[in-house]
Amino acid sequence: MSYMPTIHDEEWRYADFDALETVPEAQVTGWSEIAVAPGEVLARSFVLDGATPDVQRLRVTLGEGARAEIFAVNVASAYARLEIEVTLAPKAHFEFGGVLIGGGDVTREFVTRTLHAEPEATSNQTVRAVHWGTASGNYLGRIDVARHAQKTDAAQDFKGLLLEKGASANAKPELEIFADDVKCAHGATVGQLDEMARYYMASRGIAPDVAKHLLIRAFLADALAALEDEAEQERLFDHALAALEQAA
Amino acid sequence: MLKIENLHAEIGGKEILKGLSLELGAGEVHAIMGPNGAGKSTLSYVLGGRPGYEVTAGSVTFKGEDLLAMDPHERAAAGFFLGFQYPVEIPGVSNVQFLREALNSQRRERGEQPLTGGEFLKLAKEKAALLKLDMEMLKRPVNVGFSGGEKKRNEMVQMGILDPMLAVLDETDSGLDIDALKVVGEGINAIMRKPEKAVLLITHYQRLLDYVKPDHVHILAAGRIVKSGGPELALQLEEEGYDEVMAA
Repeated sequence: MSYMPTIHDEEWRYADFDALETVPEAQVTGWSEIAVAPGEVLARSFVLDGATPDVQRLRVTLGEGARAEIFAVNVASAYARLEIEVTLAPKAHFEFGGVLIGGGDVTREFVTRTLHAEPEATSNQTVRAVHWGTASGNYLGRIDVARHAQKTDAAQDFKGLLLEKGASANAKPELEIFADDVKCAHGATVGQLDEMARYYMASRGIAPDVAKHLLIRAFLADALAALEDEAEQERLFDHALAALEQAA
Repeated sequence: MLKIENLHAEIGGKEILKGLSLELGAGEVHAIMGPNGAGKSTLSYVLGGRPGYEVTAGSVTFKGEDLLAMDPHERAAAGFFLGFQYPVEIPGVSNVQFLREALNSQRRERGEQPLTGGEFLKLAKEKAALLKLDMEMLKRPVNVGFSGGEKKRNEMVQMGILDPMLAVLDETDSGLDIDALKVVGEGINAIMRKPEKAVLLITHYQRLLDYVKPDHVHILAAGRIVKSGGPELALQLEEEGYDEVMAA
């Protein structure tokens, strides 16, 4: 019997199932697991830039006061999905910054599941998606707050930018909160490049392609702002913006 | 410097400029005044090449070249500057970054060496001081969180840094208090009152003209220049109003 997901699985509803068939089942259904000891920090970055369908799944358990700081750029030229599940002990923190960017007829997605299992933990997810062609950028972000996880402070923010008609973005924030003394903020917007800003930049002498580049870099910046390692931040930016060079 | 002949322009199929002609020579300051809806801002946007503003007849020659054939960023590199009535906010892009990119884009377009970071900052500090704008504001995102007056002073700082041959200033005086008006007026004189440069001031009020003395004043009504004269025309307008002056 297969455990492969279907379109009826909520967390897979925007996936590219034709592409998914070519990914080994163990990769689709299995997890890489990491336990972070109390007070320790897990810092990870992912660049998904493959040319064949890819699914990566990471399950993190954070001890008391531990932190997971995970940043990802998904510029793959075939279906690519990064899924992260984090369970937080008291006073733990989960930070996720993600950039989905690209064209073609490609689906790129991030899925996070944040389990606030204990009190006073914090989490923040910031995802920016820029797509053109007939590409699709998806972010499914689930936050569960257990009954006794009081003083949880969780935030989630998604913004999509569509450069061409035909591109799409899907945001699926999902919050299940059983505690009553918590903060859970979430926002999701999808829009186009600000034409007036582009014109203003052009009026000062900035060529249209450079203006577009600056505006998109500014748009993406929020997703990587919490990454303190500047060299690593620059490396991720370079991957994201290199994808833009291939845009029409 | 600038020669506008029989200019007709429309927005969304509605004709706004209906045969406007105007000529500015080097070393001259001209003011265009006119009632609401006369086409003042349309004129400034047509000259600045804003998308959506369609020229249906007539010509505009800038330093002997066809201005209308140039893209907005090429107009800037050729020495044309448009001061916006409503300066645009660009979140995530700092003024310094924006202006350095703008200046160096113009310089590259003209075949000149780009300025280094140090050279640019020195120039920016000098022009910010001229307009009494705190240098800290130039480190912030373009116009974001600026008051109306700060935005207008920022326009003039930009003009100082870009050092254009011709400036079209669309209601640069609106939103300024009396002290700021004086600073902006003196800034315009310091930057633009030179034998090789020219200024076209578009304004509702005489008060800016107390500081920036025009050589010629024109009244724009219903899409064309209906009356031209010397600085006394502006004073007469202030006293008698458009209806009376135009009827005379």
